[in-house]
Amino acid sequence: MTTPHHDDSNAPATRGDATPAVTERFENPGMPPHVPRRADEDPRAARRAEFQVVALFTISALASIGFVVAYYAIDRDLKGYLLGIGEVNLFHVALGVTMGLSLLCIGLGAIHWAKTLMPDEEVVEERHPQSSGEDDRQAVGQTLSHGWRSSQLNRRAALLGSAGGALGLFALPLVLPVVAGLGPRPRQELYTTHWEEGTLLRIDPSGAAIRAADVTQGSVFHVMPDGWVGHEAIEEHGAEEAMISKAKDQIILVKLDPATIRSQKQREWGYEGIVAYSKVCTHVGCPVALYEQQTHHLLCPCHQSTFDMTDDCKVIFGPAKRALPQLPITVDAEGYIVAAGGFREPVGPSFWERNRPGLLGDDQS
Amino acid sequence: MSFLAARRRSPLALLVLILLGLAFTGTAYAALQPTASPGTSSASASADEIAEGRELFLGNCATCHGANGEGNGNDGPSLHGVGAASVDFQVATGRMPLPAPGVQAERNISQVKFSEEQIEALAAYVDSLAPGPDVPEEQWLDYAEGDVDNGGAVYRTNCAMCHNSSGTGGALTRGKYAPTLMGVDEQHIYEAMLTGPQSMPVFNDQNITPEEKRDVIAFLKSIEEGGNDHGGHTLGSFGPAGDALFAWTLGVLAFIAAAVWLGRKAA
Repeated sequence: MTTPHHDDSNAPATRGDATPAVTERFENPGMPPHVPRRADEDPRAARRAEFQVVALFTISALASIGFVVAYYAIDRDLKGYLLGIGEVNLFHVALGVTMGLSLLCIGLGAIHWAKTLMPDEEVVEERHPQSSGEDDRQAVGQTLSHGWRSSQLNRRAALLGSAGGALGLFALPLVLPVVAGLGPRPRQELYTTHWEEGTLLRIDPSGAAIRAADVTQGSVFHVMPDGWVGHEAIEEHGAEEAMISKAKDQIILVKLDPATIRSQKQREWGYEGIVAYSKVCTHVGCPVALYEQQTHHLLCPCHQSTFDMTDDCKVIFGPAKRALPQLPITVDAEGYIVAAGGFREPVGPSFWERNRPGLLGDDQS
Repeated sequence: MSFLAARRRSPLALLVLILLGLAFTGTAYAALQPTASPGTSSASASADEIAEGRELFLGNCATCHGANGEGNGNDGPSLHGVGAASVDFQVATGRMPLPAPGVQAERNISQVKFSEEQIEALAAYVDSLAPGPDVPEEQWLDYAEGDVDNGGAVYRTNCAMCHNSSGTGGALTRGKYAPTLMGVDEQHIYEAMLTGPQSMPVFNDQNITPEEKRDVIAFLKSIEEGGNDHGGHTLGSFGPAGDALFAWTLGVLAFIAAAVWLGRKAA
């Protein structure tokens, strides 16, 4: 809508004139009328308020004493039943309740005291200019320029440069341990797993080998490589190696109707509809294991990344960016499922050097 | 009035009873045989039981699953080869007959439509169409014999991602969910593992052996009896989300109340 304003040329003048008008329009409403509190007028109300404050502080003191008593008197393993909560450790409950009550009553008492008994006067504090007085500002300026001249920084530039350099470089010892302490840079670890051609697939945690004929439609098997299953793996390789293996080598094995598989590569790397994928999410490495056998969705419980098992485990929802790596499988002479080769790409979450392997060291450990 | 109750005084009832008794004896004999290979049904269901099951099926299930259990497009899947275990699980937990189409059939133990005998007859009929996994033998349900420790290991690898480490269930994609396992009959837990109902995958006896299934049941029952409790309110054992909701709601309410009280002038 365009309303013609024929007094546009007068606008600045109008605004200039309006300035005093604004101050006239808003009259200072002044202070609201003072409403006395009950404790101000009635000595009995004041005494009652005093009693309440004293009572709160007393409860706090008793609770503190109760804390000390509970600390020594209650058996640390004593269990008790609290209505609506269930079975609890009474020692912890007693310590928490007494300490909380002690602190809470100090706060309540102090505020109640201030609100009912301390002076109740409305005070107006006028605003004043924020800058200091002219004399003070000149004095400070003189002090600074005197200091600058007497330190001779104005005449000896090398002093200034070296002092600045020393102070600036001192940030390095502070920052370096933080940055360098973020852990070793990724090298070849995620490129290598314990899967290679002929490795037998074994059920986690029982360790049984899997006959292809036993993998029925709709089944899901959680799998580890031969030699890395269960307590035996910990005994043989040590807990740390077994843990690393569990983090990298875990596999999910399902059988699909070959007709529903949409990716030729997926069909070829599988065996009669049986396909094996890395169970490590390509987002941040959680085990992706929620397999819905009707929709063939594979869901990661951490951030809901969803992979389509009929389409080469491509991401159909969630923060993951890459499809899950597939492990090529086949069967051996006795009909057991074995790996037809290792993973062709690094398993697990993305890392900067993944697309530029030249950045990685040659360390193959 | 149910089919059975209406006919219990009929002279044929005695005959049916005798046949049922024979069928039961036969089933028990087959069950106790050591080499009952998995995935096959006991062939001992009598013709009468199957006929009764067929009648029940036509009256209650055929609308969606087809007159011969062959399935009916998107309305209901084929029941060929699902086995007696699947029928017992779906019907005895009140999931089937499905009261209304939805994202998934929900357990509703108060709405079980049929008696145990009727469910057995239904199962016998469906199994007669094409054999599938049979209801579990008693020995695998006796969870007092199970190894809770091993059951926990199997559970954490195969079940915990959907059903939660404390067996209280969790969300799946697009409105579906894994139901809680607390308070579920051991036979139904076993049958669910064996048959993979709805979104759940199948865990056949080569994947999780009957002993391991019993161990899993033992583990779940031990949690149910408080074996995992460390004191205090469980808040549903749903993990940090429930705890945070509780703390946040109460905490924010307390802060608001404190702020209002602080800002008000005393009377």
